[in-house]
Amino acid sequence: MPELTYLEAISDGLRTEMRRDESVFCLGEDIGAFGGAFKVTAGFAAEFGPERVLDTPLAENAIIGAATGAAIEGMRPVCEMQFADFIACGFDQLVNVAAKLHYRQGQSVPLVVRLPSGGGFSGGPFHSQNPEAWFLQAPGLKVVAPATAADAKGLLASAIRDPNPVCFLEHKGLYRHVRDEVPAGEYTVPLGKARVAREGGELTVIAYGSAVPSALAAAEALEEDIEVLDLRSLWPLDAEAILATARKTGKVLIAHEATRACGVGAEVAALIGAEAFEDLDAPIRRLTAPDVPIPFSPTLEAAVLPQLDDVKEACGELLAY
Amino acid sequence: MTLSDASAVMGAAVPLDPALLTRADRAELLRYMTMMRTAEERALSLYKQGKVPGSFYDGRGQEAISVGAAFALSPRDRLCILHRDLGAHFVRGVTPDRYLANYMGRADGVTGGKDGNLHFGDRARGCVGMVSMLPDMALVANGMALAMKMRGEARVALTFFGEGSTANGQWHEAMNFAGVQRLPVVFVLENNRFAYSTPNELEFAADPVERAEGYGLPGAEVDGNDVEAVFAAVHAAVERAREGGGPTLVECQTMRMHGHGAHDDMGYVPAELLAKWEARDPIQSYAARLLEEFDFADEEVERITEEVRAYVAECAERALASPMPDPALAREGVFADRWEPLGDGAAPWSGWAEPTAPQPIDNRVERRAA
Repeated sequence: MPELTYLEAISDGLRTEMRRDESVFCLGEDIGAFGGAFKVTAGFAAEFGPERVLDTPLAENAIIGAATGAAIEGMRPVCEMQFADFIACGFDQLVNVAAKLHYRQGQSVPLVVRLPSGGGFSGGPFHSQNPEAWFLQAPGLKVVAPATAADAKGLLASAIRDPNPVCFLEHKGLYRHVRDEVPAGEYTVPLGKARVAREGGELTVIAYGSAVPSALAAAEALEEDIEVLDLRSLWPLDAEAILATARKTGKVLIAHEATRACGVGAEVAALIGAEAFEDLDAPIRRLTAPDVPIPFSPTLEAAVLPQLDDVKEACGELLAY
Repeated sequence: MTLSDASAVMGAAVPLDPALLTRADRAELLRYMTMMRTAEERALSLYKQGKVPGSFYDGRGQEAISVGAAFALSPRDRLCILHRDLGAHFVRGVTPDRYLANYMGRADGVTGGKDGNLHFGDRARGCVGMVSMLPDMALVANGMALAMKMRGEARVALTFFGEGSTANGQWHEAMNFAGVQRLPVVFVLENNRFAYSTPNELEFAADPVERAEGYGLPGAEVDGNDVEAVFAAVHAAVERAREGGGPTLVECQTMRMHGHGAHDDMGYVPAELLAKWEARDPIQSYAARLLEEFDFADEEVERITEEVRAYVAECAERALASPMPDPALAREGVFADRWEPLGDGAAPWSGWAEPTAPQPIDNRVERRAA
């Protein structure tokens, strides 16, 4: 099985789906001749033509709106936000039009919004955000956030084939730093299913996206009996897997890079508190960014984004509880 | 400040080939406009009786626009219809019972109670329902047109919006994207003089139709109270789009003869302005024209009016008999299990080579499956 980076796996998944189904097309800013800000679609215009790798004006609502209309008419559009932060400029079309059409009108809207997200490289307050929680308050959107290259490919394929709007959060910090075995050819990973990334019995770290490699690294470094559950899908949440691991270990640390208040971690904690309270041996802990914008300067940014030592410390405290 | 008045009305910018419309077509145009007026009057009375939750919105005075524009479309064309455009729904084949039931939040409304008033689009008839944010549907129409263009289909997407929408940034995004991609889309702008209470003079410094050229697309300005003028302009725009010529902005000058909603007493509209436009009522003036220019008899026009009245009354009874939706449905339908194509709409204009099913005046629509 070939090893690919997370970035290459996204390209591979997208290319495979475009070869499989001619209704799949990409649209976004600078994705054609330039191949995208992160080169996910490098070479696509040459293979698929400029119509299916459509360079758009700098207008995010126009991108999401066009994708919505095209999806209604039977296409499978994949929108690229140049950075996840810019979904704010296309938010109206996403949450008011695309997300609600099936509930209101019975109209399926099969579109994907790719969202290069996350910080760690001095992107500052407008190129580093993790906006996933915004989408969880908009019923009708599915939300996925892969942590491995294989999942990046498989979840993207499932997102493209899903008949609903799907927000695909691809963490920029993983693009070239995560590399793993990725099945060649067509490959899907089901939406709504979490993955046990590491088996353990004393403590569970529930994580997604960039927090997954951190959690795995912390578990290895601590040499403790730690389980790591990779959520993969943030909506729908895999409640069954979350509750199973919470009941199994009795101690839960929820880790994500996004800010804390009303985040995914809050929802997961509430679920465990309501359904698995009797099985807990310690209070549920969250390790997240504090509720501040992501600052620019490296020292400030490092003070905000959860670091490996923070994960180790939080795990150690919970294990000792 | 000078308020917009009837002097803004233009003559038909696009000459109509008289042969495009048959005598039967003209009767249909009058019938659909009358159906819109009659159904909206009935809905308003239901509102006053307390049978309509929320508020009530209509398109009184603007009937010629939605009817004339929708009349130019073929079955496989697609529409995003707005809240002053009930006539377009009727032209495409939605029946008044489903419209009235939708207003009352009943199970047999087009949305089954999920959404209200004119926030609906009948999927089975090629329509996508509007949202309250304006002009969001212009961008969605672009997307439908983009799909048609990518597949090389000779089809068109059409959407309506008011002049109020042209102040929003998404309008710029829509016009620009359509112009850049030369999309087969027709934008029908209804300038009804007011965005809620805000008059044209406070909405824009340059009339929207003058901006079309800046986006690389033609703009046409027509008398929105003349159904044949609207038909002619939209027909020309549709033909142009179908042949690969790209988008057109058709600005229809008209007047909103009721408040923004039934809760709005329109105290901000000068009485003389309303009176000027009342004299230009699109239905009465078209009926008069049919008598004078097209050899219609009084009895024919009266019969259309009477048939429509009886039909709408019957539809209202059906709507009133429709149950409220099962509360359990409130939690259903957030996600789709599969994608299904939109159906094709009715296209009653005789100009379509592909014959469409006739729309008998007493047609019933099957109960909408839950």
